[in-house]
Amino acid sequence: MISVHLLLFLAFGGVAVAGAVNLLVQRHPINSALSLIAVMAALAGEYLLLGAEFVAALQVIVYAGAIMVLFVFVIMLLNAGEEERTSGSRVAILFGVPGMLLGSLLVAWVVLRHSGTEAVAVGALPGSPKTIGQMLFHEFLLPFEVTSILILIAIMGAVVLASKPTVAGSPPKKVND
Amino acid sequence: MLSIGWYILASVIKSAIVLIALLTAVAYSVWLERKVVGHMQNRWGPTRVGPFGLLQPAADGLKFLFKEDLTPPHVYKPLFLAAPFIAVVFALTSIAVIPFGNGIYIKGKWIPFQITTDVNTGLLLILGVTSIGVYGIALAGWSSNNKYSLLGGLRASAQMVSYEIALGLSLVGVLILAGSFSLNDIVHAQQGHFWGFIPRWNIFTQPVGFFCYLMAAYAETNRIPFDLPEAETELVAGYHTEYSAMKFAMFFMAEYANMITVGCLATLLFFGGWNGPIFGPPILQALLPVFWFAAKVFVFLFLYIWVRGTLPRFRYDQLMAFGWKFLLPLALVNLIATAIAVVL
Repeated sequence: MISVHLLLFLAFGGVAVAGAVNLLVQRHPINSALSLIAVMAALAGEYLLLGAEFVAALQVIVYAGAIMVLFVFVIMLLNAGEEERTSGSRVAILFGVPGMLLGSLLVAWVVLRHSGTEAVAVGALPGSPKTIGQMLFHEFLLPFEVTSILILIAIMGAVVLASKPTVAGSPPKKVND
Repeated sequence: MLSIGWYILASVIKSAIVLIALLTAVAYSVWLERKVVGHMQNRWGPTRVGPFGLLQPAADGLKFLFKEDLTPPHVYKPLFLAAPFIAVVFALTSIAVIPFGNGIYIKGKWIPFQITTDVNTGLLLILGVTSIGVYGIALAGWSSNNKYSLLGGLRASAQMVSYEIALGLSLVGVLILAGSFSLNDIVHAQQGHFWGFIPRWNIFTQPVGFFCYLMAAYAETNRIPFDLPEAETELVAGYHTEYSAMKFAMFFMAEYANMITVGCLATLLFFGGWNGPIFGPPILQALLPVFWFAAKVFVFLFLYIWVRGTLPRFRYDQLMAFGWKFLLPLALVNLIATAIAVVL
């Protein structure tokens, strides 16, 4: 019997796969970026179906709403034009498409063999903000802190790289504001 | 428990009512803005169409419909056509999770005054939807293939990404106090009074959080003093320079719908939502909360217009410095102070 749940799963899955394929096929970077946003949004829908509403909301806010905005921003700023097809891209199609099919078949085979195929009941897995918070700050406190330090280092690196170098000996140039 | 058919029917009816109310509110906040700003500048504002110019929104709507819908030849067409729709759709979607009042019993069935059921992550949903709304503006600016539009779009995306962080952080204090993401729970946490007469609203416990929220929200909706993306004196009209007729009107609708959402959210999070004096027969008791809610939202709309009539525009570097060097640290300090106070 086809339930509403399965129908929604197939719909979101279809959108995600179609968006991913479109991302590769489109030759204009901005279209590819927009397809990626569609993929992110569809994944958020799949998370919702699993009962992980918090993760779904974060997926939309962080990936679709913030990171992809910066992607689009950079594409707009650089005014990147359409890609040209080279002989390299023909080679990529020749080897890439069969390789990708083989890889996904392998993954599907392994997943189907080593796990049950029944759907997970909604709410069976921890997904509410409260349980996620408790897991983050009790069980996974060390990985959480290490990750935040890693991100802090990345931010500092970005600031150092982006700041204008000052000539040794001369006072730093004052920025007019 | 309603069956799924009834549930869908109830949702459709509620969506229709809310959409009509919202679009009317959008139309009349434009009228209000023209009227109030007019009086502030010693003018009359619209007076010709109907008493006090009250039918002006209808005249404007008709004019937008009958204007020539021009698509310049140099634009990137698919995105140029999609951008106004993206802007308006996401602006209208965020109203779906906002509760307007407690609810009402109709023939023994409890109908909450909210389109969706009470989702546990209602606030996050609004933040997510509004953060996607920036694509409408950014893509409009880019696809117009016009340097002023592009600058407007770039400014909008940079500004909205920067202020989103302060916006999110300013709300965390309220979330800590209520202990929930659900908008209903946040409103219920604000029932009652301090010392018997001051309402237990979050504005009194979170004044700094409210200040940060208001500043960040004004920047998110691109309103004066943060209306850099459409600064007329520098950028013609910013991201919607190349748009005409109904497509132009859609950007306008999106902007005013976002203003109303910001007002709703400020009411729910900081001003006790629909809490207020309740009296009279049962039907009045059910509808009074909606009235209090609408009255509070109206105050915020008026504040928007008041600020617009009073303040000049920021310069772009001032805008970025204000967001990153003042608002973000302030919101962080507020968050830490709230957390410490709650733990103690």
